[in-house]
Amino acid sequence: MTMASAEPYVTEDGRTIGGVVMELKNITLRFGGVVAIKDISFDIREGEIRAIIGPNGAGKSSMLNVISGFYTPTEGEVWFEGKPRPKMRPYQVAQQGIARTFQNIALFSGMSTLDNIMTGRITRMRTGLFSQALWMGKAEREETEHRAAVEKIIDFLEIQHIRKTPVGRLPYGLQKRVELGRALAAEPRLLLLDEPMAGMNVEEKEDMSRFILDVNDEFGTTIVLIEHDMGVVMDLSDRVVVMDYGKKIGDGPPTEVRNNKEVIDAYLGVSHD
Amino acid sequence: MFYREAGDFKTSYRDDSQTFPIRFDRYRYYAVLVVALAVVPFFIDSYWANALLVPFLIYAIAAIGLNILTGYCGQVSLGTGGFMAVGAYACYKLMTAFPDVNIVLHIIAAGGITAAVGVLFGLPSLRIKGFYLAVATLAAQFFLVWLFNKVPWFYNYSASGQISAPERTVFGIAVTGPNTEAWAKYLVCLLFVVVLAWVARNLTRGSIGRSWMAIRDMDIAAEIIGVNPLKAKLTAFAVSSFYIGIAGALFFAVYLGAVEVGEAFGIQKSFLILFMIIIGGLGSIFGSFAGAAFLVLLPVLLKNVLVGTLGWPTDLAAHIELMIVGALIIVFLIAEPHGIAQLWRIAKEKLRLWPFPH
Repeated sequence: MTMASAEPYVTEDGRTIGGVVMELKNITLRFGGVVAIKDISFDIREGEIRAIIGPNGAGKSSMLNVISGFYTPTEGEVWFEGKPRPKMRPYQVAQQGIARTFQNIALFSGMSTLDNIMTGRITRMRTGLFSQALWMGKAEREETEHRAAVEKIIDFLEIQHIRKTPVGRLPYGLQKRVELGRALAAEPRLLLLDEPMAGMNVEEKEDMSRFILDVNDEFGTTIVLIEHDMGVVMDLSDRVVVMDYGKKIGDGPPTEVRNNKEVIDAYLGVSHD
Repeated sequence: MFYREAGDFKTSYRDDSQTFPIRFDRYRYYAVLVVALAVVPFFIDSYWANALLVPFLIYAIAAIGLNILTGYCGQVSLGTGGFMAVGAYACYKLMTAFPDVNIVLHIIAAGGITAAVGVLFGLPSLRIKGFYLAVATLAAQFFLVWLFNKVPWFYNYSASGQISAPERTVFGIAVTGPNTEAWAKYLVCLLFVVVLAWVARNLTRGSIGRSWMAIRDMDIAAEIIGVNPLKAKLTAFAVSSFYIGIAGALFFAVYLGAVEVGEAFGIQKSFLILFMIIIGGLGSIFGSFAGAAFLVLLPVLLKNVLVGTLGWPTDLAAHIELMIVGALIIVFLIAEPHGIAQLWRIAKEKLRLWPFPH
């Protein structure tokens, strides 16, 4: 398993993706008596787009919260970059290079688009309190360097016109895009997207899909996404994990998963006769 | 007409992120600085200094301090009066223990001591939020006032229980004690205000300020994208208390000269400064000045108008004055819940387009 996981992997579309970046081993998550995730194992490979799908309440968001370090699994281990990850605070996980967006937008509504995305670079900024208080030399240089990096992301996401607008005033679709920008600003090793297309119209979904593919393609970012829209998932992802009632019922390339009996039953329902 | 960005091109990120992006604003700011530093000191008399300018400047420092904590970092505090008392008593102890050291250093050190005390009382903020945190800081307020009343060491065992500032000089000019000239008081406070406001601006525009605002706007998301909440909240408490401590030290040493802790730094002071930042505008340095000006200058102005111009009896005027100030606070908050700073921002937006509607 460990030997094979370092090998590259060729997807259905003929894309070659890298070795395993993250491995989730026998993850179980319980809240009191409620079992949100039951003994799930899967891996995430370098440079792939990995989708997690499943009906409502299947435990997808809980899984993402385990990956992002917001929840500590009751049982099981998260291996990141070949090492088991110790119990960490969420901000320490972020420092390791894992960034995410949220199902319900979680932007800093009082701040401008630019400041929101600049905040995404917080794990990369080093100057201390005193240097910033005087704003000479180091602090100002650092700010300018990071501003340049952020402007690249703003260009990439085509949101130049709202650079200085407070994000609370932006329409929903743009807020989603700013949130993606904030996650990208961290230049993450692993990018987690929790329903990036929820509540969007077709045009906005197309835009967002394009951005996700471009991020993966141009920056080589490994992406894990949760999505309900099956069409989008099948088009975007290289490999899919299917969850239902906290269990994994399918794992593999999109076409294989689509034809999996258990998956069809979970999604379409099954007659009990 | 002249209030325009047109023709004022920004060619670097440094220019683009400067404090006053519009040229007119920049000149206006320099003009205010020049008048405040080079003109006012020659004309100021003790009435103007003691009734208006010195308290305004000191409250502005305290308001900036509280605004950093409450307006920028979202942690509500009702302990401002207590922290000002820490600054005042720290300054007093340092002044009397080390009479040869420069008073400016004592005031800065008093800020440092208050910062440490502020961090200590800020620890509950790691577990509790909102109103509950406000109640925890209220405990700090009452505890600190009680402490300075009960432990005679803090007031050097003086019979009255008061502390009074001995005379100290800077470059041979008295800045504390009974022989201080009005202009010296004013200038000391002004220099502290200018430097501290500039530092506050620097802190709030960089990564530290953004981490404070991130915690304020959505603390869970902030932590997940990499803001260390412990560090962000405790630095906010430290910086805020540093400012409030300096304000307390100046309030005692330079402005009043002698204080009794319950009277000068009671719970009313905490509320007064909280009202200043709410009326002035949360999360705005200009708002801190506007709020301090509103609550310091307005009562004096009303008194002058009612007693001086209209000839009303003093006691009646004092009551009416409270009613008018109270009513104005309500009117302001209904008209613009985000304070004077927001009104100012809207006015500037309009001015940029004037005389065109949009």
